[in-house]
Amino acid sequence: MVEGNFTTVSGTSEGSSPHPLAAKLSFLKMFAAPANILFTIVVTFVGLTAITFIIGRVMPADPVLAIVGDRASTEVYEAMYFKLGLDKPLLQQYWIYLTNVVQGDFGKSIMTSRPVLDDIITYFPATLELATVATFIGIFLGIPMGVIAAVRQGRMTDHIVRVIGLFGYSVPIFWLGLVSLLIFYAKLDWVPGPGRIEVYYDGIVDPVTGFILIDSAMQGEWEIFDNALSHLILPSAMLATYALAYIARMTRSFMLDQLSQEYVITARVKGLSEFTVIWRHAFRNVLIQLITIIGLTYASLLEGSVLTETIFAWPGIGQYITKSLFNADMNAVIGGTVVVGIGFVGINMLSDVLYRMVDPRARR
Amino acid sequence: MSKLKYLAMFVGLVIAAGQTAPVQAGTPGDTLVMAKNIDDIITLDPAEVFEFTGGEVIANIYDRVMMFEAEDLTTLVGGAAESYTISDDGKTITLKLRPNQKFHSGNMMTAADMAFSLQRVIKLNKTPSFIFTQFGWNADNVDSLVTAPDDSTVVVKLNSDLSPALALNALSAGVGAVIDMKLVMSHEIDGDLGYEWLKNHSAGSGPYSLKTYKANEVVILDYNPDYRKGAPAMKRVILRHIPEASAQRLLIEKGDVDMARDLTPDLIKGLEGNKDVIISDDPKAALIYMAANQAHPILGNPKVNEALRYIVDYEGMVNSFLAGQFKTHQAFWPSGLWASYDKTPFTLDLDKARALLAEGGYPGGGFKIRIDTLTKSPYPEIAQAVQQALSKIGVESEITLAEGKTLWPMYRARKHELILAQWSPDYVDPHSNADAFAHNPDNALEAKLTGKVAWRTSFFSPEINGMTEAAASEADLNKREKIYMKLQKRMQEIGPFTIMFQKSEQTALRSNVTGYVSGANFDLVFYRTIKK
Repeated sequence: MVEGNFTTVSGTSEGSSPHPLAAKLSFLKMFAAPANILFTIVVTFVGLTAITFIIGRVMPADPVLAIVGDRASTEVYEAMYFKLGLDKPLLQQYWIYLTNVVQGDFGKSIMTSRPVLDDIITYFPATLELATVATFIGIFLGIPMGVIAAVRQGRMTDHIVRVIGLFGYSVPIFWLGLVSLLIFYAKLDWVPGPGRIEVYYDGIVDPVTGFILIDSAMQGEWEIFDNALSHLILPSAMLATYALAYIARMTRSFMLDQLSQEYVITARVKGLSEFTVIWRHAFRNVLIQLITIIGLTYASLLEGSVLTETIFAWPGIGQYITKSLFNADMNAVIGGTVVVGIGFVGINMLSDVLYRMVDPRARR
Repeated sequence: MSKLKYLAMFVGLVIAAGQTAPVQAGTPGDTLVMAKNIDDIITLDPAEVFEFTGGEVIANIYDRVMMFEAEDLTTLVGGAAESYTISDDGKTITLKLRPNQKFHSGNMMTAADMAFSLQRVIKLNKTPSFIFTQFGWNADNVDSLVTAPDDSTVVVKLNSDLSPALALNALSAGVGAVIDMKLVMSHEIDGDLGYEWLKNHSAGSGPYSLKTYKANEVVILDYNPDYRKGAPAMKRVILRHIPEASAQRLLIEKGDVDMARDLTPDLIKGLEGNKDVIISDDPKAALIYMAANQAHPILGNPKVNEALRYIVDYEGMVNSFLAGQFKTHQAFWPSGLWASYDKTPFTLDLDKARALLAEGGYPGGGFKIRIDTLTKSPYPEIAQAVQQALSKIGVESEITLAEGKTLWPMYRARKHELILAQWSPDYVDPHSNADAFAHNPDNALEAKLTGKVAWRTSFFSPEINGMTEAAASEADLNKREKIYMKLQKRMQEIGPFTIMFQKSEQTALRSNVTGYVSGANFDLVFYRTIKK
């Protein structure tokens, strides 16, 4: 049987005792992976905070005016200037910020007057919920579309998938969101309007995880679950158009590459069913590359959902960071950026883990 | 599998989701839901609120010492105070509280609450505190100048030459809100006078109390059944944060909101003919103006300054892209308010502008200037119209667009050349704008009178300063009004400002909504009068 293009790897022969040095190396390897992860997180964290902090301080927007307003007297302005510690050298400001963050204090948001951490706990799950559903839609529709398009290359199905891919790439999400609201909400009445949940349900479900679907299900509030799901589907479907287009296009491309490999021809010659050839052999190899693509798509949806959030009045982290940026609310910008950045790193690490699970070579 | 099945799966998913919950149509009869961009709220503490939405919300939560009521927006009446007397020298105002007023908490309102509220504004020293510091109050003297000799009397002493009429008007500003001292002080942390707590909570006695505030999501207000003017018809008012205007339109058309507050002119036009939606046109006090930096070697020339007033196509803009949203207004105090000056002597007249430039020593223009303005509509469009007109008189210009947080620091640092900006009064008295546009007692850079646009533009005129101060201290209303008329006329002649337009707000309401009252100032929007 053909096992794709995986290379079989022989391990240490049974019965032979490992070399003492190898045993030491193996012991060190146990710690190498977590240390590597920790190192990545620390470097990402310091890098993100440093860059965002410096950009925030050198950009012309004035964080003091964001708080006191443009009509503030000089006395009021200066009082706030000193309170924010802006009179201190930039490096000292950054150090103070960093030491506070390490203690879990991201500072307060100007816009919301709340600790940034509280804001993130409120807004990030909303985006995560949206992006997760969008990614799932992208995976479950995009992969089959890409595979079928590759199998039927040059035929009508392929053309349709490519057009859908082009559509997902090129149509502005802003326009698509409004048109979808017009059709599915205003005209067909299939889905509710903008918002994460009907405002009348506000405050009924305790925010345990921050994910309304999970919280409402956990608390047995099924009416609210239904309402939240109905609110979720249209924005996530709109956000999914990009994911779907990207995943479908890349799947098609990867599949085309695999289908031209000799092992596929061999499999077919051996009389295996087309389903087995495509899904069991060719697609397994594609899956490795797709994990990376899906990871990147998921991460990009996390950071790039701001337009969808604006149109659908979705109180997510994208809108939060963007509004904070316009208001020179740098604590919020840095806090939000760090969380998204860590999310990005987390997704990449998850991709690595999945990659290792799927590809034996990566486990070496 | 059929080729179209995959597409059908996608659509099917949307349909299936739509079936998960019945889509609620309309809003409950006793609840008012409005779609509004509420992302400008940064605090709900009356001592600090200086934003439009925040100002509107607290106006419906707190009774102020003095008020303009929905029933008559032009007459200043007692709010939490039932009556007042002014001493012969005009320096002392004695306020008598209405009897048996209760806060939402159930606490009785006493004179101590009112005195505490006024003192707290000064002690916290937030941006709007200047409204009271002009009374001559500061953190050291306010306790002796604002006193409560008994439970129903508050004595307010003015420690400056301010007219008592002006002081009473200032007491109708947001900082004049009476807060529940016991409740607020029970949440005091480290001597902050309840500041941190009150940012997101309420402690008032007005027609509504704050139930929920979630930044960038929703504000929910519950009615006060014991309100002194009767229980409001709407038991709950919900401000939903809908930042996108097009989404607001869809919501109002569907009836999922009762009011849409931020529709653009094209969206308003699209609602014409929809009998389920009516449009309320309400003149507002916000002005759009152009300021020429007088420290600029060319723009400081009086003739150049004057020429600028003739390069604006006021009517052309009002009849095209500003239609329905703005009207021409050319004086610093908006029309529709006491002491407004409604004459509009300037029209687009390029020949006159050319002649004035020549008189100023710039025949045929021949210089280049920068126009700074905001990125949001209609500022770029107005700037482009000005740019085109300038090019016709031989002046080259470059437009720089920026967000307010970038634009205002430059303006406050006097680094602009021509700036196109907006201004709304802080309270309903002409001194609010006169103090900003005309009064600049010290033009030195070190003076840093950054709150005054006159200082920002380096406009200094002893004559104008004198008139502004005379108007502010004049106790006789008729005399005061005359001074303001003269002052506005004079500012049109020699001021550095080309005041162009006054805003008119268009709000879409479902046809069953009645009683919506929206006054000129941002804090004169009344929810208690609304019925469905």
